[in-house]
Amino acid sequence: MNAADKSEGVVLTPAQAKARRQRNIAIGLAVTALCALFYAITLAKLSHGAG
Amino acid sequence: MSDITARYDDAAAGLATGAPGDFVALLKPRVMSLVIFTAFAGLVAAPGHLNPVLAFASLLAIAVGAGASGALNMWWDADIDAIMSRTRGRPIPSGRVAPREALAFGMVLSVFAVFTLGVAANWLAAGLLAFTIFFYAVVYTMWLKRWTPQNIVIGGAAGAFPPMIGWAAASGQISAASIALFCIIFFWTPPHFWALALFKQTDYGRAGVPMMPNVKGADHTRFLILAYSILLAPIALSPAFLGLEGKLYAGIAAISSAIMIYFAVKVYRTRQGKEADKAAGQLFGYSILHLFLLFAVIVAERGVGAVLGHLQ
Repeated sequence: MNAADKSEGVVLTPAQAKARRQRNIAIGLAVTALCALFYAITLAKLSHGAG
Repeated sequence: MSDITARYDDAAAGLATGAPGDFVALLKPRVMSLVIFTAFAGLVAAPGHLNPVLAFASLLAIAVGAGASGALNMWWDADIDAIMSRTRGRPIPSGRVAPREALAFGMVLSVFAVFTLGVAANWLAAGLLAFTIFFYAVVYTMWLKRWTPQNIVIGGAAGAFPPMIGWAAASGQISAASIALFCIIFFWTPPHFWALALFKQTDYGRAGVPMMPNVKGADHTRFLILAYSILLAPIALSPAFLGLEGKLYAGIAAISSAIMIYFAVKVYRTRQGKEADKAAGQLFGYSILHLFLLFAVIVAERGVGAVLGHLQ
């Protein structure tokens, strides 16, 4: 094995790359949804407190 | 192939290949849907009013908490899941998700679910959710399931908590009525699961899980199914006795309980061949409808009552 091969590190198969991309998208969506949920909870709590 | 290449290949082989759908499957979506439904019934039936946004967040947290306990269950039970035909295709035994990923997924979701419920509703409900996750993942999965044929009797408590958590989320308390909702699911679980175990007993036996049919025999299980189904009838009616529900609930609960007992009697009397499996299958199917009906009427009666109350 030459130095160029080593620098490539782990080479994903197309299936692994696809699964990783899908997982990354899912995690991104989940984090966004969590932010939206906590924002909505905060607004609901504040409006409840104000009422 | 050099050593370095071999190590790279090994590392690559150890990389996660699970798609998002596999992680959703770890949450046991079908069980989750029942949890959402019963928790919603508890939330609607409870006295007090919860802001719709907070109610939605609470239900989401309860559902995710239940799903997290399902992921922890699949992590621990991957060895026996690989043996049983019903569970062989699950993400861990089929190799799509690594056990450590399922463990991390379940733990992270558990913490988030309990925290979110505490923030959205109250810490009594969050405490109950945390206890439910612990009870299902540790008491049932790690301890009871492989030790005693009473596994699903005691472990059934985990599935019975959601309406109580929903009630606590809305009202901030535990009351006799919420305990009645707990008892309905608690006493419904044994005949429901034993009916399934009757026609899947070779599966459980091969995996070494001490389910009632392969420990005490099919006939003893049939007797217990009938006993629990009869015991369930007055418990199913208890929300009406406690004043939580009205005549509509009492009527439907009485009729549905009678049908449940009819199917249990059929299971008790039909002991041989395909007819016996068919009877067990019918009871299993009806038990799901029975529980759905009871909680649907609770939602309908209390929900309509609340809407009419707002209009007056």
